[in-house]
Order: sequence, then structure tokens, then C-alpha cells
Amino acid sequence: MGESVPFKKRFSAAALFGAGLRGQRNWPALWRSPEPRKTYQVLIIGGGGHGLATAYHLARDWGIRDVAVIEKGWIGGGNTGRNTTVVRSNYYYPASARFYQRSVEMYQGLSDALNFNIMFSQRGIVTLAFSPHELNLMARQVNAMQLNGIAAEILTRDDIARLLPHCDLSATARFPCVGGFLHASGGTARHDAVAWGYARAADTLGVDILQNVEVLGFEQMGGRVCAVQTNAGRIGAEKVAIAVAGNSTVVAGLAGIDLPVRSQTLQAFVSEPLKPVLDIVVMSGLHHTYVSQSDKGELVIGGDSDTMTSYAQRGSFATIERTTTGLLELFPAFSRVRLMRQWGGTVDLTPDRSPIIDRTSLDGLYISTGWGTGGFKAIPAGGAALAHFIAHDAADEYSSAFTFDRFRRGALLDEGAASGVAH
Amino acid sequence: MLQIPCPWCGPRNEIEFLARGPVVARPDPDGADDAAWTAFLYRADNQRGWLREWWLHVHGCGQLFVIRRHSVTDEIGPADEMAPGA
Repeated sequence: MGESVPFKKRFSAAALFGAGLRGQRNWPALWRSPEPRKTYQVLIIGGGGHGLATAYHLARDWGIRDVAVIEKGWIGGGNTGRNTTVVRSNYYYPASARFYQRSVEMYQGLSDALNFNIMFSQRGIVTLAFSPHELNLMARQVNAMQLNGIAAEILTRDDIARLLPHCDLSATARFPCVGGFLHASGGTARHDAVAWGYARAADTLGVDILQNVEVLGFEQMGGRVCAVQTNAGRIGAEKVAIAVAGNSTVVAGLAGIDLPVRSQTLQAFVSEPLKPVLDIVVMSGLHHTYVSQSDKGELVIGGDSDTMTSYAQRGSFATIERTTTGLLELFPAFSRVRLMRQWGGTVDLTPDRSPIIDRTSLDGLYISTGWGTGGFKAIPAGGAALAHFIAHDAADEYSSAFTFDRFRRGALLDEGAASGVAH
Repeated sequence: MLQIPCPWCGPRNEIEFLARGPVVARPDPDGADDAAWTAFLYRADNQRGWLREWWLHVHGCGQLFVIRRHSVTDEIGPADEMAPGA
């Protein structure tokens, strides 16, 4: 496994410079737009990061190249292209730490592996504490991370003043800061590039990427999935995988499968571009907000998910107000910055905020769901895990805890409560 | 911002409430098997369409009540289908 992808035209600084001399024209399309074939060995529903990464790993690692990815919209048009781009592994339980740390390590090599600059920047993540109790819980979190081999350190208020000169750390702030912790290997990556890079690599390996193809139903024979019906006709497949985020219960429902998943809205906000002002990701659970600055200079702001079940894809104004209020309490200097864009996506939340990568009760049908509010960071390891499950009908060593069975056994991986960070 | 019709206080802003999720029926404690308890604890209606939901008027009268809300359009169902204290 792990062979490199035989791109016809490799991207490089020299290629960019050369094309610049010719007006940047004649760049090839990143992937083909083939007509759907009648059958495939593996059909993946959902052309987001997880679906595309799954197709890439099936083709590259396991030699399964008779694969199609169907996407009802366009590549990069869903949550993969609209999230706050944070990549981190500051989890509490060993099973989560191992998985998400693997994902961070895969992100480190992803620009090379995909020959596509995903602009991964491990600028570090600071999480702030506003009471001794919150700081105690952070010490517990930091200890757990260190035991799991992930660098983490407690910060004093003076440390934070050095890292975040614009943050209001005064004793007269509404919530005076008492410290925090640093997750130095966390950071951000360019989300569009991750989607496009995986799509181009998968396409080069022979995967058909079929946009504007929506699944309408499943066909089964003898208790085994044999085809999906789509708006582009029937497509046969030996194995089918669902990787559709917010619509997981809707798509699984077409196959008669019930999921322990709730769909809620998660919003993201982007400000007008500013000169460099923030070179680290800042999170505050108390303020329900987190922020980083993109390479274009925009502040990229996130908060809690809206609290009710929703497929509306438009956020509640109450959440916008709460998130921006928290941001301005931390950074009063941002008060005159205008928001340029706001977006509400539908995310798939499990009761314990940990994902599910498993087979379903219908033979040949697999699912990767429950990535909730943090699926972007999990794309490389999640794609590798689902591809392993499809190829071998068994979980890989990193994802074996993420099964349906944990709910029946009560063996939850309750990261929502344990990590104390935004999920 | 949504206006949530509290059966006691009338329509009030969403920020006064906590959304407590879709209504889940409690299984019979004497007859339920593991699967029924698992479903009760971890499964909830999640369809695109009308949902019956618990809402708590936490910054108002403090009462829990049931409304019908559409998960795509955010329409809230007719008052006669609301169930105070359900």
C-alpha cells in the first residue's frame, strides 16, 4: 500500500510559473465528468471529504479502482467546503486520541501525497479557561493528552498575554481569564483544497466522480444491497457506502436503517479580510466561540451548533448573536470588523459525539457518520478507515471503537463531555 | 430568531427556551428488552418534516411542553396540537 498517484500533470511552483507566462490558461480539469456506468464494484454516496478520501484509499491502498462517488450537489459544496478548517487531536479518551492523532499526522503529509497544496498550518490551538475549576479540567485533559503521546501544555495568564496580545485579559473583563492550554500540533488547512485534491487523486486512480447524482433508493437481493436508484438511473454495486454527513438518517432510512444520529445546524462566519492579527487558533468553551485568521486575512469564526433538529441550512440568529458576543468579549478590537459571509450547514451528531464507522444490518452496505461538528479534521483517517472496512469487512486498528454496538453495550466514547472543547 | 409559543406565556423569543429534542416514548419498564432501552436512550426522530419536540421555557415560566415544528421550514404547528406538561 501507499504507492504514489500517477498524475499526468503534476502541480509545482515551476508549473505555476510556466503557466503564468502563458496567462494561466490551459490548466486541465482536476477530474473527469464521466457518464455513470451500469455497475461498479463499490459505490460511495456523498462527495464530501470523507467520501472522496474513502475512494482514494480504496484505489490506492487496496487496489479497488472500480469505484464511483456520487454527489447530489457539487464537490466542495457541502460541509467540507464550508467549515472553519480546524484540524486538531485534543481528545480525551485513548481511542479518540489515537484516531485523531493519526488524522493530524496524515494531514502533515497530505500536500505531498495528493500533489495539491492544502496549506496545512500547524499554528497551534489555545483553549482559554475562566475559572480555577475550568483550569483543573484542562489539567486533566492535558494529562490525558500527554499520556496519549500528544503534546499539550498548561498556559498561565502571562503565557496567554504573550501569545494573544489583542485578547482582553484584564481583571475587569466580564470573564477574567485565569489560564488555558496549548495544543501545539493543531492548526488549520484549506478546506476546498482538501476536497479538490482528494477528488483529483481519486479520479487519476480511476474513480468516477459523478456530480449532481442523488440517491433515491436502495435495491437489495437476498438481504444484500445490489444497486442504488438515482436521478441518473439505476447503478449496480457489490458494496455501497454512505458518507453524507447531515443527511445520514435520511439516506440510511431509504435502506430501512435507523441511526442514533440527530441533524442540527452548525454555523460558520467569515469576516472581511484584515492584516495579520491572529497567528493561532483561539477557543473558549465559556464564550461558545472560536476564531482563527485565514491566509487571506479573514477571521474565521465558529460557535456551538444550534440546539434543535434542523435541515434548514440557515442558522438561528440567537446563535449568531451569542457567538459574536463571545468573540467581542475576548477581542474587543474586532468590534468594527464586518462579517462578510455566514453559513449554516447540517451536521450529524451522535449521543456521545464520537463517530460511527461500521457495517449496517443490510449486507454490503457500510456507513461513516456521526462526525458532527468536527468532520473536517477527521477526513484522512476517516477515509482510510472506511476504505479498510469496505475492503476487508472489518475495522482498521484506529477505528475499531467506533461501532454501533457501543450504544447497546453502554460503552460510550463520550467526548462531548470529556474534552470540554467545541464539538 | 424563532418565536416559540409557550402554552402559558404566549409567543416568546427563542433565546428564552432550551430545545430538549424530539419527544421519545418511554418503554414499559417491566417488558422492555435491551434493544428497546437502547432505542429509548439513543434514538430520536430525525426526519425532514414535522417533529414533535420538547421545549423548556427555562428563562420564563420554567415549564416543559410539546410543540410541532417542521425541521426544514421551521413552521410551528397549530396550537391545539400542543401539549402542556406532556
